[in-house]
Amino acid sequence: MTDLVSLSYSAALPEIVLAVGAMGLLMIEAFGGGSANGRSGNSDSNRGERAGWLAIFILVGTGALLLAQTGTERAFNDAFISDPFARFVKLLVLAGSAFAILLSFDDLRRAKVDRYEVPVLILLATVGMMMMISAGDLLALYLGLELQSLALYVLAAVRRDDVRSSEAGMKYFVLGALSSGMLLYGASLLYGFAGTTSFAGLEAAASAPGAATNLGLIAGLVFLLVGLAFKISAVPFHMWTPDVYEGAPTPITAFFAAAPKLAALALLARVLFDGFGGLFIQWQKIVIFLSIASMLLGAFAAIGQTNIKRLMAYSSIGHVGFALVGLAAGSEAGIEGLLIYLAIYLVTTLGSFACILAMRRDEGPVEDIYELAGLAENNLPMAFILAMLFFSLAGVPPLAGFFAKFYVFAAAVKSELYGLAIIGVLSSVVGAFYYLRIVKVMFFDEPKPRFSATAPYVKFVMITAGLFVVLYAVYPSPLIDAAAAAAKSLQL
Amino acid sequence: MNISGAPILSVVTFLPIAGAIFIAFLSREAVQNIRYTALWTTIITFLISLLIWINFDPTTAGFQFVEERSWLGPIKYKMGVDGISMLFVILTAFLMPLCILASWEAIEDRVKEYMIAFLVLEALMIGVFCALDLVLFYLFFEGGLIPMFLIIGVWGGPRRVYASFKFFLYTFLGSVLMLLAMMAMYWHAGTTDIPTLLQTKFPPDMQFWLWLAFFASFAVKMPMWPVHTWLPDAHVEAPTAGSVILAGILLKMGGYGFLRFSLPMFPDASAELAPLVFGLSLVAIVATSLIALVQEDMKKLIAYSSVAHMGFVTMGIFTFTQQGIDGAIFQMLSHGLISSALFLCVGVVYDRLHTREISAYGGLVERMPIYAVVFMVFTMGNVGLPGTSGFVGEFLTLLSAFKANTYVAFIATSGVILSAAYALYLYRRVIFGVLDKPSLKAMADMTPREIAIMTPLVVLTILFGFYPAPILDVTAVSVKALVTSLEAAGQAAAVTPVP
Repeated sequence: MTDLVSLSYSAALPEIVLAVGAMGLLMIEAFGGGSANGRSGNSDSNRGERAGWLAIFILVGTGALLLAQTGTERAFNDAFISDPFARFVKLLVLAGSAFAILLSFDDLRRAKVDRYEVPVLILLATVGMMMMISAGDLLALYLGLELQSLALYVLAAVRRDDVRSSEAGMKYFVLGALSSGMLLYGASLLYGFAGTTSFAGLEAAASAPGAATNLGLIAGLVFLLVGLAFKISAVPFHMWTPDVYEGAPTPITAFFAAAPKLAALALLARVLFDGFGGLFIQWQKIVIFLSIASMLLGAFAAIGQTNIKRLMAYSSIGHVGFALVGLAAGSEAGIEGLLIYLAIYLVTTLGSFACILAMRRDEGPVEDIYELAGLAENNLPMAFILAMLFFSLAGVPPLAGFFAKFYVFAAAVKSELYGLAIIGVLSSVVGAFYYLRIVKVMFFDEPKPRFSATAPYVKFVMITAGLFVVLYAVYPSPLIDAAAAAAKSLQL
Repeated sequence: MNISGAPILSVVTFLPIAGAIFIAFLSREAVQNIRYTALWTTIITFLISLLIWINFDPTTAGFQFVEERSWLGPIKYKMGVDGISMLFVILTAFLMPLCILASWEAIEDRVKEYMIAFLVLEALMIGVFCALDLVLFYLFFEGGLIPMFLIIGVWGGPRRVYASFKFFLYTFLGSVLMLLAMMAMYWHAGTTDIPTLLQTKFPPDMQFWLWLAFFASFAVKMPMWPVHTWLPDAHVEAPTAGSVILAGILLKMGGYGFLRFSLPMFPDASAELAPLVFGLSLVAIVATSLIALVQEDMKKLIAYSSVAHMGFVTMGIFTFTQQGIDGAIFQMLSHGLISSALFLCVGVVYDRLHTREISAYGGLVERMPIYAVVFMVFTMGNVGLPGTSGFVGEFLTLLSAFKANTYVAFIATSGVILSAAYALYLYRRVIFGVLDKPSLKAMADMTPREIAIMTPLVVLTILFGFYPAPILDVTAVSVKALVTSLEAAGQAAAVTPVP
């Protein structure tokens, strides 16, 4: 009981503010006048958008609180850790959520689902992600993960009149529940064999002599990894990704592709480094397998896609594989590479989805990549930005994506994982093919009719991301330095 | 004019980007303004690059005009040139205005994007030759793929999509392996600084793999047989100016890479694998010359002849002698002039008749006497006739190859004969014969603009043929230092007991 008194809440202050903010926003919107339906009588005073701006305001405030934190703080019996690593990823997640909300305004209004619940759910998912990133205990891990997942299931199905959206939500829920079950099973095995749920306690058990032959511990670790691999959609636990990406409303897909992956990868890194450092040899093999399988499948399966959202889904699977290369390296350089990768991937993905949102004619959005034909003649700036984003995703210098790949592969080479590095760069060449194909469609093919005018916020995100990837090489050191400082928090 | 202290290499590298940004703000319709902006940007870049030559000190082997700024932690933004790289900077800056002029009327569609792509490409190409940091080098080396991909794909011929993909993926595939090797070098030496790495001794086992990884990239870029197949496609489909850049500069990056990285950094592996390079070079010289003989497309013929000529370059480089390497550099520069000029010659008739089929021409000398003379000069240069710059490079490389290995020299010399066969055969079919095709009756001779493009190329081809000293003087000291270090490494390897 004395613990309760001595609890330090300051470490979790940003999360508390965000959670209270999300609930406050829900209250304001639920009781703040108008009908319960988001499409209230005075439809012009757009309530979805107002809630969205409030949510962005809350996210920015949370970010400011995060920036004010320094050093490493722990709370709730070490179940919650706030260190530079956590703050780095949290800031990325907050930025991803804020930009996803910004992207959602126009599209959701046109689809008549601009409910205030969308920003509220995004906020709640963000709270869950921040919990995941800071988790120092299996219970905290699970709580964060479920809070995030439940919000995401609803978001996927937010366009409830649309069959594809409902299907996406359903599929995501069923498979997500399965993976949560596995994760929970793994956690209970670990608790049974290690007698503790805290990462520090697990680390002690994993470093103890004979840990490598302790089947309970190993099985628990494997189940835990499977559950998390599902969340980051690493092969072979990726099947849900293309369907959910395709079915969910595009701004929600943008959110899925950006923030939750980051949080889950950060969680994976922390639990493996802090909780299972002693079993590095064991989990490194699994991570290498996940990485290679994801890179190869992401590269080859995307070639056949003609729906750009499905293509982005396979592309994101491939990119998770690349990010895992950094994790497999199992070194500080690897974590640094992982963080740089996540940051650059976040910006590039949001920019790409902004471009996908701009693919809209008067009769509605289009998703076939051949609808982009001749974009360079109709709308050169957008074609240029999308081409740069895709070249960046392919890892062509001097764009930002090159630096992302450079640091993860450099870490792999440093750890002497030559086979992994060679397979990785070769699959990035295969991946370049499908990115090039889109550039080809935009620049070489005969033009299709113009897209209708792009909403200003979407344009803003597109231009910001485009400038980032093109100009990143001019002044790359701030991000690299921040990632290097953050990577010091995790030690094997 | 004294330019000490001025960041002249950065200026030359990034001035074209400034021009490209300026063009980006011009209206699409202001085509003439766009063309003149591009032309003046490239001319000014060329004039500034001449300042490098004037101020260059040919008596020292070290890097000159060095600039260094912090950039990415241990990876620095470092630029500098020596006797090996300086002339490639000049060559690039020299060919660019000609390319812009050659595109003056040939490109009417999307002129703005075209000129921006070309200027960005120029900046990246100059950067390749100036970069003194591995990562910076890679950035420029690979960055050039994007504009070139677009140039081939947007303004190219009927099979441009296939050609542009092939070009991009081949080059990309080779380069990513080089990137891994660069990382391994970084972790081993703790730096990506090229001058420091030149002094670093890598263990022989490691050298072997590093050498192969760099070879993967440079062999594709060069291109060497059997990874040359992207080149004929890319050449044929690219617009004239694109072919000029490909033949004139992009192909030289491979040879430059061998001289800058493979030889001095991995001397043991180079010595060990030299027979492999000789073998591939000979196949390139003989086989692609034979392939060139049966081509029906003018550009394809010249493209295959480029592969053959690059075979002389790799052969010369891997003799590890002063003559051989001097000759290889000379051959690269001379090929940069001659093959560019040949592509421009094809462009002249292509602009009039819109076909590159050799059989569509014949007897052009009756309608286009000036053209016939110009084409003659470059055909002779391509053959390597004494008195043209093509002779000097081939002669030096063959001479050194003869010292290194008589059989190699013997087979390579047959390539010279074959080159005479295909080049003269092409010339005969296009220029001589009876002018009986109705489409050719109305052919006009070269316009003043075209003559203006060709004149400097003709002058330089003949000038360097008779008086190669300006080039050899610049390269001599740097090449000597390279050869000396190779010999030292060879002796060290010889005395090291085998473990």
